[in-house]
Amino acid sequence: MKIFVFPEVYQGEVKEISFEILGLAQEIKEKTGGDLHVLLAGKGVKEFVPQFGLADKVLLLDNEKLEGVSPFIYQNILFQVLKDRAPELILFGHTSIGMDLAGFVALKLNFPMVAFCKNVKAENGHLMATSLICGGKILADVKIKDNKGVCLVLPGSYPAEKGKVEGTKEVEELSLSEIEEKIKFERFIIPEVEDIDITKENILVAVGRGIQNQENLEVAEELAQVLGGALAASRPVVDQGWLPLTRVVGRSGKSVKPKLYLSLGISGAPEHVEGMKDAGLIIAINTDPNAPIFQTAHYGVVGDIFDIVPALVEEIKARK
Amino acid sequence: MKIIVPIKMVPDLVEELEIDESGKRLDTSFLRFTINEADDHAIEEAVILKEKYGGEVTVIAPDIGEVDDVLYAAAAKGVDRLIKIMGDFEELDSHLYASILTEMIKDMQYDLILTGCEAITDLDGQTGIFLATNLSLPYIGLVSKYKKEDGSLCVNKEFPGGVYGEYKVELPAVLGVMAAEKPPRYVPVAKIRAAMKSAQIEEIDAPEIKVETGIEIEKMYVPEVGKGAEMIEGEPEEVAKKIAEALQNKGLL
Amino acid sequence: MGQAEVQPQDLYEVFQERAYAMVDGEKIRQCLQCGTCSASCPFGEGMDYNTRKMIAAMRGGDFDEILSGHGIWLCTSCYTCTVRCPAKIPLTDIMIPVLRETAMLYEKGVPSELQKALENVARYGNPFGESPRKRINWVKETGVPVKILQKDKKPVNVLLIPECFCAYHQRAKNIIISLAKILHKLNVDFGIIGPDEKCIGDSKRLAGEFGLFEMLIEHNAKQLKKYNFDIIVTPDPHAYNALINEYPKFGYRYKVLHHTQYLSQRLADLEALFQNEFPYKVTYHDPCYLGRRNKVFDAPREILKSINGLKLIEMPRTKEDALCCGGGGGGVWLDSFSKEYIKERPAEKRVKEAVATGAEVLAVACPIDITMFEDAVKVLNLEGKIRVMDISEILLEAIGG
Repeated sequence: MKIFVFPEVYQGEVKEISFEILGLAQEIKEKTGGDLHVLLAGKGVKEFVPQFGLADKVLLLDNEKLEGVSPFIYQNILFQVLKDRAPELILFGHTSIGMDLAGFVALKLNFPMVAFCKNVKAENGHLMATSLICGGKILADVKIKDNKGVCLVLPGSYPAEKGKVEGTKEVEELSLSEIEEKIKFERFIIPEVEDIDITKENILVAVGRGIQNQENLEVAEELAQVLGGALAASRPVVDQGWLPLTRVVGRSGKSVKPKLYLSLGISGAPEHVEGMKDAGLIIAINTDPNAPIFQTAHYGVVGDIFDIVPALVEEIKARK
Repeated sequence: MKIIVPIKMVPDLVEELEIDESGKRLDTSFLRFTINEADDHAIEEAVILKEKYGGEVTVIAPDIGEVDDVLYAAAAKGVDRLIKIMGDFEELDSHLYASILTEMIKDMQYDLILTGCEAITDLDGQTGIFLATNLSLPYIGLVSKYKKEDGSLCVNKEFPGGVYGEYKVELPAVLGVMAAEKPPRYVPVAKIRAAMKSAQIEEIDAPEIKVETGIEIEKMYVPEVGKGAEMIEGEPEEVAKKIAEALQNKGLL
Repeated sequence: MGQAEVQPQDLYEVFQERAYAMVDGEKIRQCLQCGTCSASCPFGEGMDYNTRKMIAAMRGGDFDEILSGHGIWLCTSCYTCTVRCPAKIPLTDIMIPVLRETAMLYEKGVPSELQKALENVARYGNPFGESPRKRINWVKETGVPVKILQKDKKPVNVLLIPECFCAYHQRAKNIIISLAKILHKLNVDFGIIGPDEKCIGDSKRLAGEFGLFEMLIEHNAKQLKKYNFDIIVTPDPHAYNALINEYPKFGYRYKVLHHTQYLSQRLADLEALFQNEFPYKVTYHDPCYLGRRNKVFDAPREILKSINGLKLIEMPRTKEDALCCGGGGGGVWLDSFSKEYIKERPAEKRVKEAVATGAEVLAVACPIDITMFEDAVKVLNLEGKIRVMDISEILLEAIGG
């Protein structure tokens, strides 16, 4: 199978998702035989080539104009690169960047597309994907007809470690043709880091919509304090302005790997789970027995956080 | 500014989702449909842009579920034109919807198309980017800040970690909305009822189009509940004890 | 829709037209600025514009300021101002709700938690945003047969209306469960409508959503028409209030009793069932919409006095002077919102008042009271010192069940 992987490289690094999909691609290639090609495009990305040891070939496009991943330019680059190379499977991360590119590529090449993939594999001569849809509540096993497809893979679906192999096999340098700048990258806006860095905390107490209002944060704060940890949140809590954006765990926030992740009133939609599923110990409390978070947690409680958390605070105080 | 907002109706997750007998589709007997959350933000942002810069907003929606309520609420917010696409929409995947929209929109006048960047049912991909590709328009998604500047729109695109990328987008273009610059406003029921009397919903038949997604669902299922988690039961005090014990055993206290 | 072009003076005209069209609305003009209202208001100290100042501001040309402020959202519709106003201005039923309505119609902002609750009621028939199908989930916890009329359309004697809090809220549902058990022991022929029942809507009216209230009345009246029953009994004072005072304005009249009224009428039969003593000092809190608003003071007390071992003590602010729990008129959703503006919540003040009487149990007759007061007990660290119980729960303990 001829597999193409699109890694995400910006702000001076190769993002984790790139290695996850590389590892996944490698697994498929080991089963089907074939080639694994990587398109490495950006500004100053030449130095990252050795990180793609799994690639049979790295298509390198290092150009000043490619600093900010302008979707318009990248769509065009991808199409130019792929249209004559007869790819069969093209993998993107289901991320802010992947979602700007995959759909374009799929339509232009007339390839089927599958999003929300937790897994992509070759089975009995067919390309199959398993996707997590409807806010994490439904799984679908999908057959990709004609074994040609574009897949958006959810971050956190595959261990990044398996994709991290150093080395360089073949490199083909590409040049950037003139493309109109219909979407011009201006700059990155980085949040002020006055706040703590939740990725450095060992213990996180995360709150979701179940916390109901800003004042109830006290309940979670007390728990965080007594455990020596910090508060984190799912996206909706931050949208309401109850906590700063720097505390968000998930697709629009940070990926965290604390020793302990206590999730309070978080349903566990894929966008959130992708940011915390590698935590050492995950304990989730939610009133909804069908909350998707219970698939990822190690321990789950169906109950009211306002009854359980104060009791837990007391228990912990008693044991210290 | 002439803005078109295509929206999607998706299963309301408040109701429990069940799979039907075929094992390949959602059971529709108790299913209710609601506007895709990101599309709700797209409508809000369109109205905000109209309030700031003048112009006209058109909302397009498929005839699924309680779509009339959605359209009248949009009218109550200030949307000018309401278009309902009529058809037998048992299954409206993004490919088909984008193709239908392309047929309808290609002859319309517009500066900007705003649509939610993603819907919970987007198994086969996202409508916004398909629409942009079909119309040969620039596309950028996960946008949450917007400012008009001459013939372009200055937008902020969300990246992980709270980082934003600032981009200048030449119009006309399609934007995949993550969030409006303000949460969707409240529309009092009286206003919606007034809209029901004064606003017109244009019903347009879906063009005859067949589009293949190229994928086939073999099986649809609900993830096993608690398959991941070991569930702890009991009264709050009992539960608290068990959790505290687990923490102590792992040396986390 | 053109509202962006409306000038502030126009909004005052809009308000006047609307308020004066309602019965007694024009009495707002008779305000003496005596300040009795704002001095009596449980939230007066926290309002930028309290009730007296709202009227002064209207007269002074500052109408718009009222709408952008937070004062109008702090009101929990407790009715104290209305009852005490010498000019008999309908502050609670007209002035505040119409101010809120005007704010919402002209996009002056509504607190987001209240917005969510209203949107949920419009879509799901309950403020929690839970599926209507779950409205009857409490039934299986009763352990007794409860007729669900929309599934089995037979005539009943008593139509029980739990209202949203008793149906969905984790703590409040124990009230309706206890009541159902008691009715069963009394061999009452009773039933509930089922998932088709929606919020009766009183708090939505008070929150300024008259359109939503009318929609709910239309829906509920249509439901009620389908079934055959003699009386409606409800443990929810706001539902009681709407059904006896508001629904008739739309032509829908029913015989309605609050559960304490019904049970006090059945006291003789209840006494025959008593097995246990309830040897505690109990103080009773008059819910705003049972007591002050609808003058039902005696029925709950008769029930409590009939229980062996129970010692009934009155709080200083009793009957018409009871201090609101802070949950009415949308207040239950605005709890954290209001905390920004006042130092101590009324519910906490009230619980302290109860404890000061020496009472071990604070008896209530409203599901919102029970949630507000239990919260206050936790906040004040008084767990174990005082229990908050609905009259039906106390009765059930006396009966043993």
